[in-house]
Amino acid sequence: MTQLALQMTQSSWTALAPTLLLGLSALALLLVDSISPEESDSTLLAGVAGLGSLAAAVTTMVFLFGGRGLPTEQGGQGIVSLFGDQIVVDQMSLFFTFIVASVVTLVVVASSDYLRDHRYKAEYYTLVLLASTGMSLLASANSLAIAFISLELASLPSFALVAFLKSNKGSVEAGLKYFLIGALSSAVFAYGISLVYAATGALQFDAVATAIGEGVQTGVLGIGILMIVGGVAYKTASSPFHFWAPEAYEGAPAPISAFLSSASKAAGFVLAFRVFLTAFPVDVAGAAIDWVLVFQVLAIVTMFVGNFAAATQEKVKRMLAYSSIGHAGYVLIGLAALTGGVDQSQVLGAGMAHLLVYGFMNTGAFLFVALAEYWGVGRTFEDYNGLATQAPLACAAMTVFLFSLAGLPIGGGFFSKFTLLMATVNSGTWLLGAALIINSALSLFYYTRVVKAMWIEDPADGLELDDYPVGLYTAVVAAGVVTFLLLPGFDVVIGFAESAASLV
Amino acid sequence: MVMIAALLGITLLGAVVTFFADDRYAARLATAISSIPALLSVWMYWQYYQNFQEAGNALLTPGEAAFVQQIPWIELAGFELQYYVGLDGVSMPLLTLTTVLTTLALVSSWTPISERQNQFYGLMLLMEASLIGVFAALDFFLWFVFWEGVLIPMYFLIGVWGGPRRKYAAIKFFVYTNVASLVMFVGFFSLVFGLGDEISTLGLPAIAQALRGGAELGSLFGFPLATVAFVLMFFGFAVKVPVFPVHTWLPDAHVEAPTPVSVMLAGVLLKMGTYALLRFNFTMLGDVAQTLAVPIAAIGVLSVIYGAMLALAQRDLKRIVAYSSISSMGYVILGLISFQEHGVGGATFQMISHGLISGLMFMAVGVIYNETHTRMVGDMSGLADRMPWTVGIFVSAAFGYMGLPLMSGFAAEVLVFLGSFQSTVLPYAPLFTGVAMFGIVVVAGYLLWAMQRSVFGPYRLETDYEVAGAPFHDVAPLVVLLLLVIALGVAPDLSYRMIQHAVNPILDVGGGI
Repeated sequence: MTQLALQMTQSSWTALAPTLLLGLSALALLLVDSISPEESDSTLLAGVAGLGSLAAAVTTMVFLFGGRGLPTEQGGQGIVSLFGDQIVVDQMSLFFTFIVASVVTLVVVASSDYLRDHRYKAEYYTLVLLASTGMSLLASANSLAIAFISLELASLPSFALVAFLKSNKGSVEAGLKYFLIGALSSAVFAYGISLVYAATGALQFDAVATAIGEGVQTGVLGIGILMIVGGVAYKTASSPFHFWAPEAYEGAPAPISAFLSSASKAAGFVLAFRVFLTAFPVDVAGAAIDWVLVFQVLAIVTMFVGNFAAATQEKVKRMLAYSSIGHAGYVLIGLAALTGGVDQSQVLGAGMAHLLVYGFMNTGAFLFVALAEYWGVGRTFEDYNGLATQAPLACAAMTVFLFSLAGLPIGGGFFSKFTLLMATVNSGTWLLGAALIINSALSLFYYTRVVKAMWIEDPADGLELDDYPVGLYTAVVAAGVVTFLLLPGFDVVIGFAESAASLV
Repeated sequence: MVMIAALLGITLLGAVVTFFADDRYAARLATAISSIPALLSVWMYWQYYQNFQEAGNALLTPGEAAFVQQIPWIELAGFELQYYVGLDGVSMPLLTLTTVLTTLALVSSWTPISERQNQFYGLMLLMEASLIGVFAALDFFLWFVFWEGVLIPMYFLIGVWGGPRRKYAAIKFFVYTNVASLVMFVGFFSLVFGLGDEISTLGLPAIAQALRGGAELGSLFGFPLATVAFVLMFFGFAVKVPVFPVHTWLPDAHVEAPTPVSVMLAGVLLKMGTYALLRFNFTMLGDVAQTLAVPIAAIGVLSVIYGAMLALAQRDLKRIVAYSSISSMGYVILGLISFQEHGVGGATFQMISHGLISGLMFMAVGVIYNETHTRMVGDMSGLADRMPWTVGIFVSAAFGYMGLPLMSGFAAEVLVFLGSFQSTVLPYAPLFTGVAMFGIVVVAGYLLWAMQRSVFGPYRLETDYEVAGAPFHDVAPLVVLLLLVIALGVAPDLSYRMIQHAVNPILDVGGGI
């Protein structure tokens, strides 16, 4: 009997393996650094970090395909909950950990080149891995307390990473802005948690829901929920807390922009999905506040703000930053279309699938910007003129990213946007669907500007690239191949996304 | 049957390999690769000709389609998407046209394309793969992926290797066709939602049969949904055809595009529009088409006359051929709306015929341009002496365009007029036909005028080098195309019979109203 219990504990522990792998590689990096502090060999550090995150990504994939996190009734190995249900490992946490881990892998591989002339490499990789540990923990959080701690674990290293280019004014300024707004929204989030606790007396998600069902002070609860929405909006860079994003993404080192706009956004969304579906289900929390309506407004505003602002930018990185706000608006449909009578797994699954595809295509696009910064070709659209004459492979990958972001059927972005559209149609939220179509059409305009610059415009005099960094190239091309393969292979993504969404 | 998958796989793989190949041998490599699908599809054509001659329509009698392959792909939002391909008498000739014309266009690129050759040939092969997919796909999403997949390489081909105003032309092409795709997409999906539970897959045959079976579609904002969907899809495809008044991207794209790209654009890309009209609007919503017969026929006839008139006003040989393409596509629209055996069949035959003849014309103009570096009527004359082969073929092609008997254009136009004259669906059918026939006179007018001024008469052309005949590899593709044009003119049944059997089912139900 004891043996059986021990076995179960073991198998429960291993369910956290991806998160632990990320955290342990961060510690391993510190160890390596303390053994040879003078060593500025980027390959070793990047190798350790890359292997750690790749192992985490592969483990989540093995878990997903092995049926972990799926209830035994559905043929899986069961949902694992740990520490008195504070942490739960189900398909959704694995799905999001996969997004985070694969983005981190790409970012780390790319960083090995990007950081060639910088100091404090070990610290950089450690911070990236610690932040991703926080993000993957966030994906498993089952109580507001754990959620807050993981959120901070994800945020604090990010502040430092944004300001990593110490001698660069823009980077430091971005870091400070990010930190200030981050601190503010953390406070708002924490206050929201305390109000929810005041109203319900519970922190664990399902206990909160039960308490609400038994009748609570709806006023206090409503304000608390609204504040939690604020915290989520900050983390996902959605309106009205999106102002930090363009600054931070533009000032930060480009691989960090990729990391923040893809992995960090995904982590914010998994928090939102869990909190709002488990702790504040529509049917019980509706009395306090109609958060579906709140998200509908936020989604539409975010889509328009992001895309219209992106269309007016002159710098590629800033354009991508605003487009990433626009994409947050698309994913918000996953919550905003949860009107009564609609199949939750379809709506939420659409948002999750889009986040996964987005994780690859957006990371790839930012890493291409990192490549351009590495070459020193400048930041505006014009500076990209004629890049394809020098680097056709990377530019082909970038073209795949941009067209896939726009929703052309050249990458997984086409299907993920289509599933979002179907979600709006099936839930009868026509306005959201119309906003999605209008903004996608608009986005094609500004994404095409980059494509046009790279391929069609004539190169500036003396544009000569003779350095093709292996790490950056590997990351960009790998992201491009995956983005393309997600088009024929979208079945797998949507399958896991929908089954994970149905469990929450 | 994996034949179509093989065609797609070889061209796609070839595209990738060529794209990253060395500039020095990219041209030869791409041509060699593209000859595989060309030969393969000719063999398939032969198989079809022998065994499937009498087969029906791939949408209405899907059991009879040839080379079918059906594999589940994605389960998406309640719909089952499939990798579902197959060919019938309409798509088989168009697919063969695509592969053969691509190979010839690649050979004709050897002379004019000198920069970034690997990328050029890679994109051409990518476009070929997408075109094969467009004609073979029988699942909506698969078809749409290929449909958009044609636009992207085309955008680059015009934008990078085009003439002086290439950037403008490329963007115009891209914006026009993408907006059109979006409108068409919305139109098609309003149909899908209208059908609701009656379909579980997005296979085109299932949808076509559900719609033909008299499915109740309901209405949208007071209009019948079927009509709304028809109009949206018609707009989307009309831009691709193109017909008056959404044709303005075409002359720009043609003039700026390099010759081989013009060949593909006129030869195959325009046929995507008419093919899709036939497949979607006229097959699925035949009854709606019949209620809108007059406006549609008017658009067709207007395109015939207007395109011809515009061609009359041009000096640039490429612009002349470009505008006359609009005119020729007008005949296709007229033939389709007639809902007569020979009208619809003739329209489809016209797609093939025009693909060959306009491809030939553009190629010939390109060869002349390679040698003279001008395309302007009036800048040159008497070229017949210097380049007898090229000019001889050019003149023959022009006569083909005018509808000289024993060339494919004659058969196509006679069939179209025969059908549209007898049409019972179209009110005032003889009137429409008569006006459209007038277009032929105008065609003869501008082509003869252009011939006379540019290639006959005393030799006059100011160059600082000696203009000589074109190299063999420039002329050979012209000869092949001319032979094909004559072969189809002498024996239209090489493809007309299979077309006939494929379009007949469309008439059976549609003619009942």
